[in-house]
Amino acid sequence: MSSAPARGGVTSGGVTTESVIHDIGFRHYDGPRLGRGWAFRSLLIETLRGCYGLGRPSKVKAMPWVLTGLIIAPALIIVAITVVTGGTTLPLSYTQYAGGMWLLIAMFVAGRAPYAISRDLRDGVMPLYLSRPILRRDYVLAKFCGVALGVFLYITAPIVVLLVGALLAKFPVWHELWAALGGVAMAAVLALLLTALSMLLASITLRKGLGVAAIMTTLVLASGFANIAVAILGLKFSEGSAAYAAMLDPFALVDGLGASWLGVAPLNAGVKPDGLTGGLVFSFVFVAIVAASLALLMRRFKKVGGV
Amino acid sequence: MNLVVMRLTIRALLGRRRSIMLFGIAGLLLAVAGLVRWGTDASITSSAATMQNFGLGTLVPVMCLLIGTGVIASEIEDGSIVYLLAKPIPRRTIAFSKLVVALGTSLVFTVAAMVAGVAIAGDQDWQLALALGTATALASIAYTAVFFAIAIVSKSPIIVGLIYALLWEGVLAGYIPGVKDVSIRQWALAPAERLLSSHPTWNVTSDLGLTPALILLGITTVAAVFVAVQRLKTLPIKVSE
Repeated sequence: MSSAPARGGVTSGGVTTESVIHDIGFRHYDGPRLGRGWAFRSLLIETLRGCYGLGRPSKVKAMPWVLTGLIIAPALIIVAITVVTGGTTLPLSYTQYAGGMWLLIAMFVAGRAPYAISRDLRDGVMPLYLSRPILRRDYVLAKFCGVALGVFLYITAPIVVLLVGALLAKFPVWHELWAALGGVAMAAVLALLLTALSMLLASITLRKGLGVAAIMTTLVLASGFANIAVAILGLKFSEGSAAYAAMLDPFALVDGLGASWLGVAPLNAGVKPDGLTGGLVFSFVFVAIVAASLALLMRRFKKVGGV
Repeated sequence: MNLVVMRLTIRALLGRRRSIMLFGIAGLLLAVAGLVRWGTDASITSSAATMQNFGLGTLVPVMCLLIGTGVIASEIEDGSIVYLLAKPIPRRTIAFSKLVVALGTSLVFTVAAMVAGVAIAGDQDWQLALALGTATALASIAYTAVFFAIAIVSKSPIIVGLIYALLWEGVLAGYIPGVKDVSIRQWALAPAERLLSSHPTWNVTSDLGLTPALILLGITTVAAVFVAVQRLKTLPIKVSE
């Protein structure tokens, strides 16, 4: 982006005059143009790096790295205890870890989604992006993938720590690898779901801090309400039917998906979907939420003027 | 108190989006209360547990956060507080006017939601409603004062307030015994425990005795108000970039 001004107003020779509005004497760029695909890739990578404050001042780095430390610390403690006491299983499995640390994950995603898009919308710089060879949907998809990848890495990091610990404790290798793979798959599903919801909320709450609050409040209230609903409905109906209420909470929804497709024990036993039908309904709701959020997000970016 | 400042604050506070959020949260509490009544046949123990954990533990702080920061944070952030501070009104008066509006609004919203919620979820001669209503009123005053102070002191008040409300009050106060004693929610529950001393099975308990809890509540509230007023008195007027 940096352009060195040509001294003395001398323009470099051989410049074609097409598509120039004002020639104010900056040095022209004659090198290769990398095009739409490269712009998409750069935007994605910068978003991902920005998720962890890389390439940004240390003040911005503090929050994501403190949160990263906080989510890895319990995994280290679990590993240390397991290795020292010679346990035979991990107290919190690969697939349950994300559910147990849900508040931290919610805080991470609540900070990252507004960072990625609210500022661009608030400062009215969207036209600058769109004057580059990317389309609206490229911008939205690149930002979405960048944040989703950041959240995925955030959830996966402690799973990797658990896996290393399990191997140090001499658990059967293939069994552990396979189980950890399930955890990684669920991390990917959870990252997609949370990112889709949070980006949608962030795109409509532009005021500083409001996006974070909206996402946190939504996730916390959804989780609280879903927990109560699952417990109460379980008193009146069969447990399988009550589990459908878990779909109100993204974390419980993914917990239920894992219980259904991977056959792992969910963190909250009440969220296990009812047989194949339940699994299909959960999957359908997951796909519907992600697709609808992305569609609404695209629509939100239809109208972005300067300020 | 300055009536004009109060009127302006009320109008800004109960703007469309924020009042929708407040009514939405109150409605959520009532919906949960209805669900609990229907599911447990108005069992008072479940009613008390739900209203304490979800109501007093989560929704009341969130509502107080919205209100306590809403009366002043957005004005500080967009710089329009300058026009108010530049008027020949003592800053103390401005702070108190805004605080009174915040306290009044949060008391109305939280106590009404809590009493209605308890009445729906299950109660016996309004005893639980009275006890939890008292606890909510006390918690509401303290929370609103604290969030009001945070709104003036901090640059990103909503984030700081959420971390305090969810992490400190919600999670740490649940696991770490020491933290439980330093939690507005526990302090506010002390009078409720006393009011319900004839019904130990309802499980409305606090970790502190009545006297220390009330003293701590008072100190916290007064300290928060003091910090807020002092900070507003010396708030530098700067042109927003």
